[in-house]
This record gives sequence, structure tokens and C-alpha cells, in this order.
Amino acid sequence: MRYPMESRVAFIECAGNSALLYQKEPAPFGVQPLHGLLSCAEWTGVRLAVLLEEAGIDPSAQWILAEGADASGMSRSVPLAKAMGDALIAIYQNGEPVRPSNGYPIRLLLPGYEGNMNVKWLRRIKLTEGPTMTKDETSKYTMLLNDGKSLQFCFTQEAKSVITRPSPGLTMGAPGLYEITGLAWSGYGRIAKVEVSADGGASWAQAALQEPVLPMAVTRFRAPWRWDGGPTILQSRTTDDSGYMQPSRSKLIADRGARANFHFNGIISWGVAESGEVRHVYA
Amino acid sequence: MALAESPNLGKVASPDEIASWDISIGPDGAGLPPGSGTPRQGEQVYLAKCAACHGEKGSGKPNDRLVGGKELLAPGQAPVKTIGNFWPYATTVFDYVRRAMPLNDSKSLRDDEVYAVVGYILWLNGVIGENDTMDAKALPAVRMPNRDGFVRFSPGQ
Repeated sequence: MRYPMESRVAFIECAGNSALLYQKEPAPFGVQPLHGLLSCAEWTGVRLAVLLEEAGIDPSAQWILAEGADASGMSRSVPLAKAMGDALIAIYQNGEPVRPSNGYPIRLLLPGYEGNMNVKWLRRIKLTEGPTMTKDETSKYTMLLNDGKSLQFCFTQEAKSVITRPSPGLTMGAPGLYEITGLAWSGYGRIAKVEVSADGGASWAQAALQEPVLPMAVTRFRAPWRWDGGPTILQSRTTDDSGYMQPSRSKLIADRGARANFHFNGIISWGVAESGEVRHVYA
Repeated sequence: MALAESPNLGKVASPDEIASWDISIGPDGAGLPPGSGTPRQGEQVYLAKCAACHGEKGSGKPNDRLVGGKELLAPGQAPVKTIGNFWPYATTVFDYVRRAMPLNDSKSLRDDEVYAVVGYILWLNGVIGENDTMDAKALPAVRMPNRDGFVRFSPGQ
């Protein structure tokens, strides 16, 4: 490969991840079924900007259309600024060629952006004046609000965190010292802090972040917790380095309505029973 | 950080090379091919190629419902978004059907068939008349009921 490359760690999260939490009642599942549409890897490839500069950029272009070679020709419009920014034409994932299921031979990597926009099996980039208004940025991936309008081009997967242990299925043992641990990530940049609550949000303590804390990458947090054996609710809340703080579920739904369907990044709550059983709750 | 230097190994593609790949349709109709179709012709395409998944007259089942009015989006119930009550541009329907449908044989429809079946779906949704021919001129002129239903996101919303 003669073209200059770079490597960076980035998460890819589906904009529909955690969509079950828009439901009225907490869905009785654990971390993977509820929040598992998320991955993080080291991506290596050529900056799209290098290729666009070489090709020459029409001065009237403000957007690009990225199109895949899959049977559906899945395509999304991306602002030129992002295309000329950190957008990567990814050729390798974790040091090996991108696998067929992940978009071989090349995929578009847009750090921090909706998973769908990281077009797999990339076959074509077209510069356009305005967005193409494809199926996936109109009929899908738009958020239906209470007033009947839909938010469109919600590119960034906003800051979010989830406690992975304890969590449903990982039943607690006897009361005593436990380590609460989980993952946090933000499409706006680096995780700046994660706070953990063991009393349903009444009080918060800062968790330790696993270094290195990288931008638009999954960050593990850990916090010691002395469980007294009584019923309680565990929560985590993250703030990124843009200052954005993960909202409570009730605030998110108050702002966007319960039918937004995408971009659920509200605070996630696990209810711990005296028996040590952990289940999904709203708090 | 300065952009790394390219070895400039790219080859300029000829218009012919680009043409067969350039299948995207802009919201103003840019890229729409020659050809045309009527809702009546589209009904034949639909019965042969679409009904098995999208149901009789676009009613859905087992797959996405294509036809339905604004009442399906009324508050207090799970929204059912259809082409008629939600899609902002008719050109998107053409773009998507041509590149992605039918699911098991995408890109198999001729351009005339795409115009026709798009016209059929638009007619079922009450957006165009039964005798309205769809082509490169007529399609972008169709104003979908939910054209003004979208707001661009900005952080903080």
C-alpha cells in the first residue's frame, strides 16, 4: 500500500442501540441484548481527506455521498467537513484486513458518528452540493418528536455509559466489597469523567477511568462499592470533554419524546434485590 | 496536523466508467434516468415483485408497510411510518427501490419498472393521481405530505 496511513481506536455504535429503553416498561434483559450494538477497535487506513485532495474538490461541494457495494447499495450523506476531518478509509481492523462481515475490503470510518454512516463495502464517494436524502437518513435514523417533526442528521453518538457488572445475569453474592465496572464512550470526544451511584441517583461518586482515555473510543470505568445487602439501584453517568453530560432517561424522553426510537443515551439503571438478583429498572 | 502527502496514484475515471455506478438520485431529481411508468403499470410490477413481502396494496406483512396516512403517526401509539405519511422525497423512493429492491434480487428492475412501481405506491398513498405518469420531470415535482416534517439536529436538542 503506497498511500500514507494512520491508525486510531474508535467505537462504532448503532444509532438504534438501547432503543428498547424508549419502551414504557423496562425490558427484562441484560447488557448485551439491551446495549450490545456497540464495538470498539483499532482502525488503520487512509484519511479520506488525502484522497479527496488528490482527486480535487469541487468548490460547490458541501457534502459527500458514501455508497456501499452491498446488495442494497446502502448510502448515506456526510458533511464535507467530516469527510475532510477525521474520516478514514479503513482497510484494517485490529491489524488484520477488515473482515467480510465488517465491510471488506474497505469501509468508511467516521469516528463518533452513527454506526450506519460507517459505510461498509465502500464502493463510491460522490461530492454533492446538498445531502442526497437517502432512505437511511429520512425514513430511518430520524427521531420522531412529540410535536410530530423528526430530527434529521443527528450524526453524533452522544456520551453514554453502562455498568457491565453487576448487571442482569451476574447475580451478587454475599454483602461486602464489590467493584462496579462498566463502559463509557462519546462521539463528541474523550470521556472526561464517569460518576457512579449506588442509591438510585441520590448521590454520586467518581469512578476511576482505565487509561489511555482516547477520543471516540470505549473507556472502562471502575468504582469500589460496599454493598450492605439491601435493595438498591445502580447507575452510571458520564461527561465528555466537550462538557456534555449523559442525561437521565426521564430528561431524554422529556426532550425528545418516547417515540424518538434512535440515539437512546439516557442513564441506565440496574436494580439490585436483597437476594443479589440484578434486573433492569427505570429510576 | 498537516495532511500527509499522497503518492498521486489515482486514475481519472471516464464519464462512461462513472455512469454505470452513479445510481444515486438527488432530492431535486438529479440523476433520474430516461424512462417512465404509470401507477397502472406499477401495479403489475408490484404484484409480481413486491406483494409477497409488502402485502396487498402495500399494507405490510410480513415486511414494511408502504401505504398509510397521517393517523398512523398520531401520538399515544407506536408510530407506523409509511412512504406516504413519512418519506419527505419521492426521489428517495426511486433511489432506494432501484438500488435495493426486491430484497432478494436488488437492481433487477428496469428504470421504467421503477418509475411505474414508485408511481403505484405514490398513488396508493393518495399522493398522485391514478393517471399521473412518473418520469424524470414529474417525480421530483411530487411534494410528499411530510416534506416539511424534518428539522436538522443541532447539539442540545
